[in-house]
Amino acid sequence: MAEMIEIRWHGRGGQGTVTAAKVLADACLSGGRNVQAFPEYGPERAGAPLRAYNRVSEKELRMHCPVLNPGVVAVVDASLLDAINVADGAKDDAVFVVNTSKDPKEVREKLKAKPTQKVFTVDATKISIESFGRPMPNSCMLGAVNKATNIVSMEALLDDVKGSFGKKFAQKIIDGNLTAAKRGFEEVKQG
Amino acid sequence: MAVTSTKTVAVTGNQAVAEAFRQLNPDVMPAYPITPSTGIMESFTKFVSDGKVDTETILVESEHSAMSACIGASAAGGRVATATSAQGLALMWEMLHIASGYRLPILMALVNRALSAPLNIHGDHSDGMGMRDCGWIQLFCENAQEAYDNTIMAYRIAEHKDVRLPIAVNMDGFIISHSIESMKFIPDEDVKKFVGEYIAMDPLLDIDNPKSIGALVLTDYYMEHKRAQHEAMKNVKKVVADVSAEFAKLTGRKYELFETYRLEDAEVAIVALNSAAGTIKDEIDRYWEKGVKVGLLKPRMFRPFPYEEVGAALKNAKAICVMDRADSYGGMGPLYMEIASAVANNRGAVLFNKIYGLGGRDLMPHDVDQVIEETAEVAKSGKVKMVKDYMTVRN
Repeated sequence: MAEMIEIRWHGRGGQGTVTAAKVLADACLSGGRNVQAFPEYGPERAGAPLRAYNRVSEKELRMHCPVLNPGVVAVVDASLLDAINVADGAKDDAVFVVNTSKDPKEVREKLKAKPTQKVFTVDATKISIESFGRPMPNSCMLGAVNKATNIVSMEALLDDVKGSFGKKFAQKIIDGNLTAAKRGFEEVKQG
Repeated sequence: MAVTSTKTVAVTGNQAVAEAFRQLNPDVMPAYPITPSTGIMESFTKFVSDGKVDTETILVESEHSAMSACIGASAAGGRVATATSAQGLALMWEMLHIASGYRLPILMALVNRALSAPLNIHGDHSDGMGMRDCGWIQLFCENAQEAYDNTIMAYRIAEHKDVRLPIAVNMDGFIISHSIESMKFIPDEDVKKFVGEYIAMDPLLDIDNPKSIGALVLTDYYMEHKRAQHEAMKNVKKVVADVSAEFAKLTGRKYELFETYRLEDAEVAIVALNSAAGTIKDEIDRYWEKGVKVGLLKPRMFRPFPYEEVGAALKNAKAICVMDRADSYGGMGPLYMEIASAVANNRGAVLFNKIYGLGGRDLMPHDVDQVIEETAEVAKSGKVKMVKDYMTVRN
């Protein structure tokens, strides 16, 4: 693992993007690593574009500023690909994980990704509807991001999905989210 | 949930301070929640509802009332805390002086936020600097860990018999209050032992010994009262040092009156408060690798201000850039004025002031690099272009 991993999440208000960043931070505490998770706060409303960030590091995390050069870019809402440049500042070896039904090759073209950058896609919205009946792609995206980055053990991630969603939701929804996270891990495609 | 271990957790700054409040278990907590400090009360009132604390929360109709209720409860003999930000603190202003004038050791979590207008909810130090002369002890914190630790230490400092003054613990709104970071809690039992029981001096509820608080004092004794407040402030330094030393024994985490980072052999010095210090430390490491001798001084205790110690710590600096996340329009930044006083008797250091981050504007690593490079240049040439200037701002 690189000394420090920086992740930038792009989503729209109401999709659980900030929760995803929080769950990932908690899961990455395993093995004594240091973590940060923080959203960019603007006018908070459903549907508005938002960003959230993670930093995970073996060393103490001292900096307190947004991530400018992410190694991982997670796009929770594919319509953002037409609205903003999600690839802005991404590292030359960055990994993109996009929630879309489209083929990773098509998304790669759209992103104008460099040959050194990796592009993954997963139909997280569809998987979340199939898993627990709601278009809430965050848990599935977590599984997909983890497959693409290998940032933490899947066991630790699922534990934290369970712990985090367990505070708010009924058992059926928790189980559905666990299924969605596992399916995201299994079904994400690289291209 | 009770904390029984010191394992690393990932929480927001607000959650960290709420957890400290739970462990401190104040008798009374009057508050009127305001962004970005709301999360503290949100978590704390849940602790109250769940029976995790014995605290009586008083949800009042304004911040002025919140501080008034703090004063009443503290004068009665209770251990009291509150949380606020920005306009909330501004509305308390009148009562802040009463709290310190009555010598009441009230604890405030101040989640720093810009003052209106224009309306802005993000982090800067305008609110904290506005209470500079209100007679409160002020501690500033870089991250969630420091905010938690200083909150745990606060009553020990404020309630000390040589002090008896209210205390405000500052952390940056959103940047710290709403960001999740890894940190460690102290087990409940250890906190309880460390903080101890509060025995108020001259509480109003001691009905066998009736007394009056808030009497009229005119030209005859007013000045003696005010002088006594300053004398009490002078005692704070030693109490903070003692309490921090005891805290270090318990936790291994050492706190001084201010933190220095690679400052000892530095010719180029940066001074900054709170969360910006972390970003600055990372850039300082990079510049040492390039051969630039640069260090940081980060005040923890802003009131009382440790002038002599800060002056001594900066004695080798050839150029000092003081970064202020607050402004005094038509004057120098508030931190600059303190540092200028502290180094007044040092020889040779050239001093200048950068205003940054107002209304929560980001301070990025490349912004810090500019400051380091400019300060290094000033150290060489001995000449300052602009004594007070604004960073990352449109012209």
